[in-house]
Amino acid sequence: MRRGPPRAQPARLSLRRRLAWQFAALSALLVVALFFSVRFAAERASRASQDAVLGAAVISVGDGIRAQDMGLALDLPYATFSMLGAMGGERIFYSLSIGPRLVTGYQQLPQPSQRPGDLSPVFWSADYRGSRLRLAAITRRVLLENRIEEITVVLGQTRYGQAVIARDTARSAVWIGLAILALAGPLALWAARAVIRPVDRLAEAVTRRGPHDLRPFRHPAPRELLPLVGALNGLIARLRTALQLAETFIFEAAHRIRTPLSLVRTEAEMALAETSDPGTRQRLRRMIRAIGESSRSANQILDHAMVLYRSDQFDAAPVDFAALAGSVLRSVQPVAEMREITMHAEGLDLPRMVSGDGRMIEVALRNILDNALKYSPDEGEVWIRLEATEDRIARLSVCDRGRGLPPDQPDLTARFLRGSNAGDVVGSGLGLTIVAEVAAAHGGSFSLQPGSEKGACAILSLPLSQP
Amino acid sequence: MRFLLVEDSDDLATAVASRLAMDGHGVDRAASLGEARDFLAAAPYDLILLDISLPDGDGRDFLAQERGARRDIPVIMMTASASVSDRVATLDQGADDFITKPFDFAELQARCRAVLRRRQGVVDSRQHFAGFIFDALAATLTVGDEVRELRARELRLLEILLSRPGQTYSKPHLIDRLFSFDEEVSDNAIEVYVGRLRRKLEGSGARLETLRGVGYRLIPE
Repeated sequence: MRRGPPRAQPARLSLRRRLAWQFAALSALLVVALFFSVRFAAERASRASQDAVLGAAVISVGDGIRAQDMGLALDLPYATFSMLGAMGGERIFYSLSIGPRLVTGYQQLPQPSQRPGDLSPVFWSADYRGSRLRLAAITRRVLLENRIEEITVVLGQTRYGQAVIARDTARSAVWIGLAILALAGPLALWAARAVIRPVDRLAEAVTRRGPHDLRPFRHPAPRELLPLVGALNGLIARLRTALQLAETFIFEAAHRIRTPLSLVRTEAEMALAETSDPGTRQRLRRMIRAIGESSRSANQILDHAMVLYRSDQFDAAPVDFAALAGSVLRSVQPVAEMREITMHAEGLDLPRMVSGDGRMIEVALRNILDNALKYSPDEGEVWIRLEATEDRIARLSVCDRGRGLPPDQPDLTARFLRGSNAGDVVGSGLGLTIVAEVAAAHGGSFSLQPGSEKGACAILSLPLSQP
Repeated sequence: MRFLLVEDSDDLATAVASRLAMDGHGVDRAASLGEARDFLAAAPYDLILLDISLPDGDGRDFLAQERGARRDIPVIMMTASASVSDRVATLDQGADDFITKPFDFAELQARCRAVLRRRQGVVDSRQHFAGFIFDALAATLTVGDEVRELRARELRLLEILLSRPGQTYSKPHLIDRLFSFDEEVSDNAIEVYVGRLRRKLEGSGARLETLRGVGYRLIPE
């Protein structure tokens, strides 16, 4: 059973949701603050303007006080009063007193706690007859019966209008706040998404990578994500070093094993040449066969490691498939000649450009040809044919006249799997896997088909590069 | 032919040299690049078998120096670390061929022959015997004016028999040297090639003699 990679435990709240909540809560707080500040500012502004009117009114009342022979005369400025009352049916109270004695006006209208000036009225608020009043007072000195008397004028005004204005202002402030809040929700979500997007992009870039791709990330990332990208690249670098160490180790191990193995083989061949005892000869031949098998396996394991290592991180370059096939063909020619196998090549003289990694393709070609030679009988023939199909595929077929494929043919390209009829032929079963992996890495395909009369054809198809 | 074998493992060098000597080749052994230079300065060689990792340097650097000095004795690289990059890089650096240790001796010989054949004219591979001329590289047998083509195993067989004319070679011995160890061969398989070679040798003044129960030998008529 195959399982996915272990997943990190998600935190209780996603980053995006947390950000959205924070944005929303912050904007709600701002809306409340806005509401109170709007109301406060509106109240202050309306009180200041009404105080100015009230002050002007009390001054003009004060100006209407005159001393006459008969006593005190007062001209009430009705225009001023009507101006005061104009603001939403306010009620107006006044009192005029000489010292503590009320001369005219409303009984027990609150008096100023401090003595007001001549020109600048004092303002205060007080309750009178069940209403909240805003009051202004001013004093005038009048010569009365040869005495200077201090006359205090108090003017009071209800502030129903102001309360209405404040209520209206507060109401519109509430509506504005609610509107902002309604807008803030989606905006917060959008902003959270925008903030998270680079993280998503980075995650996507990591996910999109193939399993062997160990290049560092050159992905542009916001400054805040650079430590994460740096940490990721550090991890990749460590992994790459570990893999390179492993690769070096494999090559070194192969080297260390091969040198004594070649000595064993050569000595065994010498011993074989010098002995005539059939039993000993049989043993020596088996020994040499086993050495051949192990060195072939070592080669294929190395090839396989190389293909795996390169398959996701090669830089595709133009490769002449035909020329490469020709050179691999030449390199196996001596081996074919040893067994008098004739190789017929067709279509290798025209360049067939594919895009890929020359070394990997070379390894694939070598394994295909090795395989064909291995399963060909002595004095047999191998046909190598390269053609370009109409759908722009370079199709290389290598056909032998060997034992062919087993009738219940399993997928012979699976790792370490060999045909049930491979029998006495030396092999590790890795060769065709390598070819299939190279084909896959280049967007091509590999298949084995029965030959037209006998034997088998290995077909490697690679997409031709665009002209 | 004369070979220079540059290999630092003494045991392996001894074994390879004696195996090559069996085919009648002259082999000088150098255990380091320094020694190899001395040998090359003193005598002409037909082919160099060069190991990659040597105590005083990299065989590939040595090869590059040789090629840089316009000395183009054919070179076959031998390596124990057969990564593909090695193979590609060494061929790019001017090696004629490449063989991975441990190698099949027959394959090494086949590669040597292929390299020398490609470098036609570098080596005079003609050999006179009785009434024919045998050219191992051209794979021909010339009897009078008639040139007869030899197939790989006929050629191999003639080469072995000619390396010590008159000596008797047993069937098993010839099988070891004619066939790959990867295949199972019956002792009688050799008879096919003896028969073919005999036909090619008709009228050449030489005779391929069967010594019943012992083996074969090549003698002048």
